[in-house]
Amino acid sequence: MSTALLTDLVIFVLSLWVGFEVISKVPATLHTPLMSAANSIHGIVLVGAMLIAVTANNAVGYVIAFVAAAFAAMNVVGGYVVTGRMLKMFRRRPAPAENGKSS
Amino acid sequence: MSAFHTVIDLVYVAAASCFILGLHLMNNPATARRGNQVSTAGMAAAVAATLALIADSGAISVTGWIVMAAGALVGASAGLYSARTVQMTAMPQLVSVFNAVGGGAAALVGIHDYMTLADAGRGVPGSITVTTLLDVIIGAVTFSGSIIAAGKLQGLITSAPVTFPGARVVNLMLAAVALGACGYLITTPSLPGLAIVIVAALAFGVSMVMPIGGADMPVVISLLNAFTGTAVAMAGFVIGNWALIIAGALVGASGGILTKLMADAMNRSIGNIIVGGFGTGDSAAAVLPGAGAGVRAIEADDAAIQLAYASKVVIVPGYGLAAAQAQHAVAELADLLESRGVEVSYAIHPVAGRMPGHMNVLLAEANVPYPQLKEMDEINPEFSRTDVALVIGANDVTNPAARRPGTAISGMPILDVDQAKSIIVIKRSMGHGYAGIDNELYANPKTSMYFADAKKALAGLTSAVKTLVG
Repeated sequence: MSTALLTDLVIFVLSLWVGFEVISKVPATLHTPLMSAANSIHGIVLVGAMLIAVTANNAVGYVIAFVAAAFAAMNVVGGYVVTGRMLKMFRRRPAPAENGKSS
Repeated sequence: MSAFHTVIDLVYVAAASCFILGLHLMNNPATARRGNQVSTAGMAAAVAATLALIADSGAISVTGWIVMAAGALVGASAGLYSARTVQMTAMPQLVSVFNAVGGGAAALVGIHDYMTLADAGRGVPGSITVTTLLDVIIGAVTFSGSIIAAGKLQGLITSAPVTFPGARVVNLMLAAVALGACGYLITTPSLPGLAIVIVAALAFGVSMVMPIGGADMPVVISLLNAFTGTAVAMAGFVIGNWALIIAGALVGASGGILTKLMADAMNRSIGNIIVGGFGTGDSAAAVLPGAGAGVRAIEADDAAIQLAYASKVVIVPGYGLAAAQAQHAVAELADLLESRGVEVSYAIHPVAGRMPGHMNVLLAEANVPYPQLKEMDEINPEFSRTDVALVIGANDVTNPAARRPGTAISGMPILDVDQAKSIIVIKRSMGHGYAGIDNELYANPKTSMYFADAKKALAGLTSAVKTLVG
């Protein structure tokens, strides 16, 4: 096994543990927004999709680059917007004009 | 490594830290919005760094720029439109669609990388082949599986389990074909071999989700979420990018935890759900109101008086509430009762709704303040001090039969509704829940049944409280 692969593996395993630690503290109330937030985070695959466009040099490559970029961008933008929309609805009190802030 | 590349890598590390911090801030509804903003900022930084990297490399053609920009624009518009317009009851479908596109993109990253290496004719190193194949397989299974799950939730595909004789054999064959092709690919780079793996994985995703019933969807969506995360992490291995590995692992962990929580709350193992079982979907056999011995029916006026003169009311909402679009009606009734000095809270079972925490979002949309939403462990000790438990569209999660061995739901954690001093159940008929068994709660002498559509019943209760005790 190459050093690079081993390093990647270490990072992967440690990140899994960090994920377990951080996420097991999230209350059930927020599980849907949590899943939606996790969803937008895996939109990081957009970085990989963008890099395809660099090495693509034929029609098949360009089609793959286009579809991958479209999929990943939909994932990122949609994920963050809908998570924000959900979290905005969570209020401690439905008090009108709380601190003058609008809903 | 040049100074430029060092800076880019540091930006990726910062982005990954933002994701972790963002998830950490989700542990409290008060800070959760900031968490989402931090996470968004990390993502924006990672994308900007990648753009800088691509521009600096100078290797990209004009066509490449156009294709990338066009794809991103199309995807971003579709994502923005669906996120802005989606109904909160349809959240599970949307999350499932995002899982599909995320998994699909991860698979495409692997496919393209493999094609490029195979084209170059220098052979593909074994370690790269293994991670690429994992990426492609997990990504493709997630893609087709999530689309089927979204179709089932949207009602485009029947939510009942679809099985046929020999389905398990077909699944095993698909797995064998995919693994066989993988074994061949590790020794010999081959594009047709890769195509076989892709097709087998796509077919496996379909045949994995088709036999799963609508009631088990919360678990399936969580599981597919974990799959997507893992696929993205594998894509990170393929292109050697730590940001993808870290982000993918975080999502994999979150999906894994939620899957476990959901399966535990349904008292079933994950394997049992995947193999298919009694999650028979939404079409519970309708039984006429009044069927069943020893059940006491109640009218709006009597129920309203019980509620109005109670000092503590616990509302137990189930998916029936959301299906009837009655979130706002229940919030209105609760507000009215609170204004009369009644203490109102909501008991939320972990599997209420169609995905983890779904009911909380639906009630938040109806302006119910989140401190009133109580989790199962928190509310169960309070039922003995509760005057009226108002059960709306929830069934199996309130059935005391779960405490005895030998029933379909034995051992499933339930809400101790039967401990309340009196119980009002709003329900359209005596129909069964997903488990397909009688709910013993309904025959309890303390229980009154109010047979009506949830939305109409709640509006009726609200107006009855207003006119009778104004």
